[in-house]
Amino acid sequence: MIIIIGNGISGVTAARYIRKRSDEEIMIISAESKYFFSRTALMYVYMGHMKFEHTQPYEPYFWDKNRIQLKEARINKVDTEKKQLITDNGEKIDYDKLIIATGSKPNKFGWKGQDSIGVQGLYSKQDLELMERNTTGIKNAVVVGGGLIGIEMAEMLLTRGIKVDFLVRESHFWNSVLPKQDAELIMRHLTKHHGLTMHYSTELDEIHPDQNGRVESITTKSGNKIDCQFVGLTAGVSPNVDFLKDAGIEINRGILVNEYLETSVKDVYAIGDCAEFRQPIEGRRPIEQVWYTGKFMGETVAHTLTGEKRKYQPGHWFNSAKFFEIEYQTYGLVKNKLDENHSEFVFEDSENEILLHFVFEKKTEKFIGINNFGIRLRHPLFNEWLNTEATIDEVISNLASANFDPEFYKKYEPQVIEAFNHKFNKNLTLSKGKWWQKLIPA
Amino acid sequence: MESNYSIVGKEAQGLSSLQKMGIFVFVVGLIGLIQIVTNSFLEKTSVSKIDSYAWYISGSFLLQIIGVFMFTYSDNHLSIRSFYGKQLNGIQKISLAIGMAGFGVFVASWLGFITSMHTLYLWLTLGGMSIGILGYTYGSYAHHPAGIKNNHVWHNSLTGRGILGWIAGIVLTLFYIEIYWFPEYLEGLIRLFDPVSYLITGSAASQWFVYGTVYTFLIIFLGIKFIYKYRHNRYQLIRTLSVIFFQAVFAYAVPHILESFNDYQGYFQKDLKNVWPLNYGFVESYQMDAMANNGVSGTFFFIWGVILFLVVTPFLTYLVGKRWYCSWVCGCGGLAETAGDGFRQLSSKKMVAWKIERWVIHLVMVFVLIMSVAALWPYFSGKDYEIGFATITQSGYFYFVFGLSLLSSIGLFLLFRKFNHSMLMVGAIILFIISLFVGAAYIFDLKDVFVINSKSIKKVYGFLVGAAFAGVIGVGFYPILGNRVWCRFGCPMAGYMGIFQRFKSRFRITTNGAQCISCGNCSTYCEQGIDVRAYAQKGENIVRASCVGCGVCSAVCPRGVLKLENGPEEGRFEPNPLVIDKDGVKLNL
Repeated sequence: MIIIIGNGISGVTAARYIRKRSDEEIMIISAESKYFFSRTALMYVYMGHMKFEHTQPYEPYFWDKNRIQLKEARINKVDTEKKQLITDNGEKIDYDKLIIATGSKPNKFGWKGQDSIGVQGLYSKQDLELMERNTTGIKNAVVVGGGLIGIEMAEMLLTRGIKVDFLVRESHFWNSVLPKQDAELIMRHLTKHHGLTMHYSTELDEIHPDQNGRVESITTKSGNKIDCQFVGLTAGVSPNVDFLKDAGIEINRGILVNEYLETSVKDVYAIGDCAEFRQPIEGRRPIEQVWYTGKFMGETVAHTLTGEKRKYQPGHWFNSAKFFEIEYQTYGLVKNKLDENHSEFVFEDSENEILLHFVFEKKTEKFIGINNFGIRLRHPLFNEWLNTEATIDEVISNLASANFDPEFYKKYEPQVIEAFNHKFNKNLTLSKGKWWQKLIPA
Repeated sequence: MESNYSIVGKEAQGLSSLQKMGIFVFVVGLIGLIQIVTNSFLEKTSVSKIDSYAWYISGSFLLQIIGVFMFTYSDNHLSIRSFYGKQLNGIQKISLAIGMAGFGVFVASWLGFITSMHTLYLWLTLGGMSIGILGYTYGSYAHHPAGIKNNHVWHNSLTGRGILGWIAGIVLTLFYIEIYWFPEYLEGLIRLFDPVSYLITGSAASQWFVYGTVYTFLIIFLGIKFIYKYRHNRYQLIRTLSVIFFQAVFAYAVPHILESFNDYQGYFQKDLKNVWPLNYGFVESYQMDAMANNGVSGTFFFIWGVILFLVVTPFLTYLVGKRWYCSWVCGCGGLAETAGDGFRQLSSKKMVAWKIERWVIHLVMVFVLIMSVAALWPYFSGKDYEIGFATITQSGYFYFVFGLSLLSSIGLFLLFRKFNHSMLMVGAIILFIISLFVGAAYIFDLKDVFVINSKSIKKVYGFLVGAAFAGVIGVGFYPILGNRVWCRFGCPMAGYMGIFQRFKSRFRITTNGAQCISCGNCSTYCEQGIDVRAYAQKGENIVRASCVGCGVCSAVCPRGVLKLENGPEEGRFEPNPLVIDKDGVKLNL
């Protein structure tokens, strides 16, 4: 029997692909929820866009139909010698192959008072339930951390009429990923939201509980005191691997795996947020905590377990997010600081909150990547351009075909190409929008 | 620390015994309606002549509502004092008060309390409601940056199937039941609208005049609300202006203006955009008479009606999908997209709902086809039909219907060969059988094509489909089952276009590579109950017969994954996800 610990996107994708390719017995064990749900949608449940059941991509019958057993239990111990799992109530479960897909847990950096009531991160369904209780009837909240979960949490709290003080350690929002100009677009957008106060270059120093142990204020490193009844800790996540302490599986920050997602122990694999590559793919991080990479890892390991051994080769980087109203997508690699041998072109329409950030090689003019804000772009086409090492000229001239905005939206391509020609003293003309598949050779 | 709204909500489960009982109760209610219509059928009289028909009708719909209540019951029902209520700002509260006051006048006259000064009260009710709607819209959206505005949709008792939603559903249902079968209870309301009616048509109001006016009013003002809510989205803006225009001009103004023409000699449907089979009245004998007797305009409406169905509809549906009609032009769609927008999330996305949908909507299509052929057969067998310069003889009608059904049957069979979809084969067989019946009726000179009395078939259709389904359940159940119940489960026009959209059209919703995060916003806000996410997360395009192209899935997607577009048919069905093969991730194109 193949056992998968964790029913997030990685584990479930693995189970689905194993079932597609074989008749092996499959069991998914989770302590979080019986059925798979989309973690990325938890914020919408809090804001009232959806009910929890809407976050479940598959109806309950799906699991029976595909003969995937679901077990609600917490695994306390993994005995890799006996090939046995031990649950929190002592039940023993034997496995032939084990896939660990236990995801992450929110980071806590040892702040004083971090275990007070009303202080929490947001990752799991239980976190959301806790947040619902912790934020009932309160007026002020502090969010710590300058990334995606932090901004989501701020958006959530604002919908409940809770004022938010958002502490960002760096001078710019999501500084580790976004170039300065891109971050500034978001930062300007954040000022449009009533009830949100941003504190850049500000670090949390201490959380102060009242006599009941409930948070009543925090102080920053600069000595500023902020009253609050809730503190959201969103300074990143780290692999959820504490239960593997005595399992004999090699662990660094995450579970160490090779390119085949194999751990140091035979027949044990790790995928998703909890896996750490011994040899990261060039240009990428050893731990990839993104929805899409979890999906790819699940698919990869499923092939290996069903007789077709495969390396993890996720292809060209892509990602997406939404910062309040601004949508963001990225294709290829746009780093927060420009490489020396790279050149960049930024088109910005700040009134309409549109920004396109192109990066390409100086010498060859090979297209490297793009950050796009406020305009949707076609993934397949950009992936193809990255595959074929298209030049920046080719990308810019064919931008109309890559546009993925809804019909009748304002088109910015003529302005983009004009600005590009002006900056680089070129004479490109905008190709008329073609059906995008025509630009991809069969 | 208990709160009066759901903490997080439960995981979805299989059908509980309460839900199964709910289905049972609903079906019993349905049988009640079928029972009374069968009685009227057997006794060859209208439904309102059947003993205790009032009890039958109200009892049946009551049972249906109870059935749905049991089916949708959950123990975290929202009270009126739901979380959302505490969040209202000053402008919203004042506007709500003004709007409710206007609606209060409406209800007071409905209940017969207003007997004089109709002009004043009419202004008070329409003025109060319009100011209320506009003010509430401003209060809700003006102080937030443009973008998706779905906060607290499920916390709100009205839109989250809470107590207010149920009250609204029951009041709407009651309104529809009275309009169709007991207009005498609406007397007070009808008189309230007399001033407007005299102004526009020069005669006293009927219940249908009141209905048309309120309908148009709601599309205009809640259309404005919709536009302001989606002001960042030009697709939504243009589309909504379009439905407002077609309702206000084509469905409301033009017919009333035509009606006041002097040479008017009998009623016929003058809504130029209302297509058979949605407009089943097109085949009523009195409408056929009226069109024949109305000179140029009658001839024009007749020819236009045939062209619209036979040429315009398939052609436009091929080019852009059925959205050209359903979410840009149609009156039912217009109401659903504007007044019904707040309820779109209530449609069921379950597989079982999709199965029911496919059976019911296609059965209604077969029903309307049989009804129409049967209704027109005796009409043409008595005499030649003279319209404009043309004369339609019985033989002409026979060749038209026989040829059309036989050709459609062959067409569906060819599609079946291509797509291997069993429903296509079923459709081909049914159409073939219909052409056999028509052929036999022609050869043996039968009075009723399908043996059964054709007038009775027409009456049953009018009662069960035209009134009970399209009206009472279709709109009355908005706050309970979502705003597109009729369009999704019943409308034969939607079914007809759906076949083109699914098998022969340039329209699809493209999924953007592998960007989907399975969040479920698209599925939740699909009014047609399509599980959009199921396709998007696999990288597949959404090609579904039922999609009305409202574009809201694309609008609510937080990651830019969905785009409604028209393109070459080639590759329309091919998935385009990023798949992993030996060379790593590659596009599967």
